[in-house]
Amino acid sequence: MNGIFSSSLGKKLIMSITGLFLMIFLLVHLTVNLMLLFGDGKLFNFAANFMATNQLIEVVEPVLAIGFIVHIIYASIITLLNQRTRPMGYIQTSSNGVTSWASKNMYILGGAIFIFLVIHLINFFWKIKFGEVATLSYDNGLTQMADTYSLVSGLFITYWWYDLIYIAGALLLGFHLSHGFWSAFQTLGWNNKIWIKRLEIIAYIYAIIIAIGFTIIPLYFLILK
Amino acid sequence: MNIKLKIWRQPNAKSKGRFETYPLNDVSSEMSFLEMLDYLNNSLIKDGKEPVAFEHDCREGICGSCGMYISGRPHGPQHRTTTCELRMREFKDGQTITIEPWRAAAFPVIKDLIVDRNAFDKIMQSGGFISINAGAAQDANSILVPKKNADEAFDSASCVGCGACVAACKNSSAMLFISAKVTHLAQFPQGRIEAEIRVKNMVAKMDELGFGGCTNTRACEAECPKGISISNIAKLNREFFVAKLKD
Repeated sequence: MNGIFSSSLGKKLIMSITGLFLMIFLLVHLTVNLMLLFGDGKLFNFAANFMATNQLIEVVEPVLAIGFIVHIIYASIITLLNQRTRPMGYIQTSSNGVTSWASKNMYILGGAIFIFLVIHLINFFWKIKFGEVATLSYDNGLTQMADTYSLVSGLFITYWWYDLIYIAGALLLGFHLSHGFWSAFQTLGWNNKIWIKRLEIIAYIYAIIIAIGFTIIPLYFLILK
Repeated sequence: MNIKLKIWRQPNAKSKGRFETYPLNDVSSEMSFLEMLDYLNNSLIKDGKEPVAFEHDCREGICGSCGMYISGRPHGPQHRTTTCELRMREFKDGQTITIEPWRAAAFPVIKDLIVDRNAFDKIMQSGGFISINAGAAQDANSILVPKKNADEAFDSASCVGCGACVAACKNSSAMLFISAKVTHLAQFPQGRIEAEIRVKNMVAKMDELGFGGCTNTRACEAECPKGISISNIAKLNREFFVAKLKD
């Protein structure tokens, strides 16, 4: 392992591992969020409460935060180092028909997603964790829990422009993942001539699921509520 | 056909370069791109001007010396073609063709369109070889190589080291070049002996010489005149991480 992370490949390995970890988190996050669409909020409140009080999640939460921070820091380091490699650019560049826009602009996409993430954390995470969220009782007062559903639905119903911000965030994330997903496997070395096409298809499917999944929620409150 | 050429002119490595525009008439569409440049240089010499310096050797796509950035793409618009194999029929009458040298900190311009690709040689010297005791040639079948390995090694070995991968990459990464060499040699029993030290040394040399890291945009693969696949890069990553884990 000696000196692995000082090499350009080692830095990419960190991006790949943290990226894959964050992608698993996104699937869990989306699964819980989609419960907003079913019923009167009880299902989502139970799921959110389970996530907030689960001991496993308490352990994973700081790891997740570290995952985000390391992913962002190493993205910045890699981008800065790579920018030094071409002091003078070309005056004319033409498309090769293969390179995707997302792959060339991962840091810009990541930066936009980071801004969204800050807004998102202020909107919900901060309020749930450190603020005052109204409680609600279920099962004839036997179960009491934070009414996270009202917090989320309230924001999306009251402010239409927050819906647009969340839709934009989901779409940006989709573009980021359309490259990030297969790129993570390529960096790990888990790729060959046959798997390149397969991984690209899986990457697009994953990116579409995440983008549409997170888009449906604000759209649902914007249009139907 | 009549064309206009916008060419990067730089007298030497230390001087500041600039673009010069040259109209060129009566260009045959059957000319190769290098023949067209020869034709331009003839007229420049006749006019008492300095001819455009460009690198070339075999003029049949196997030496890798004729790389230049033509109309926004390494080796020009035609897929899997070196500059010397590119024909003027790929361009339109009246077109302005921009010709730039490879742009990378690791490939400094020597003169006009010629860049110093010594960095590739230094990478090769750091590990791109198999150490053997020279002597009488062995029997051809004494070391067996599976057909699949031989085919993959041949594909990787078709890299001519032109530097188009570096020129195309937004990070000026040499990963496709190194991966082709590492994959080529790692496929053979003789090459496996030094596989771990080879990959570690070549990657370290690449980083030291100022090439960037790979961000998997696939631009290198798209522009490689020999069609080297980025699956080589995946194999390089595997070889590197396995070797490094043991350190």
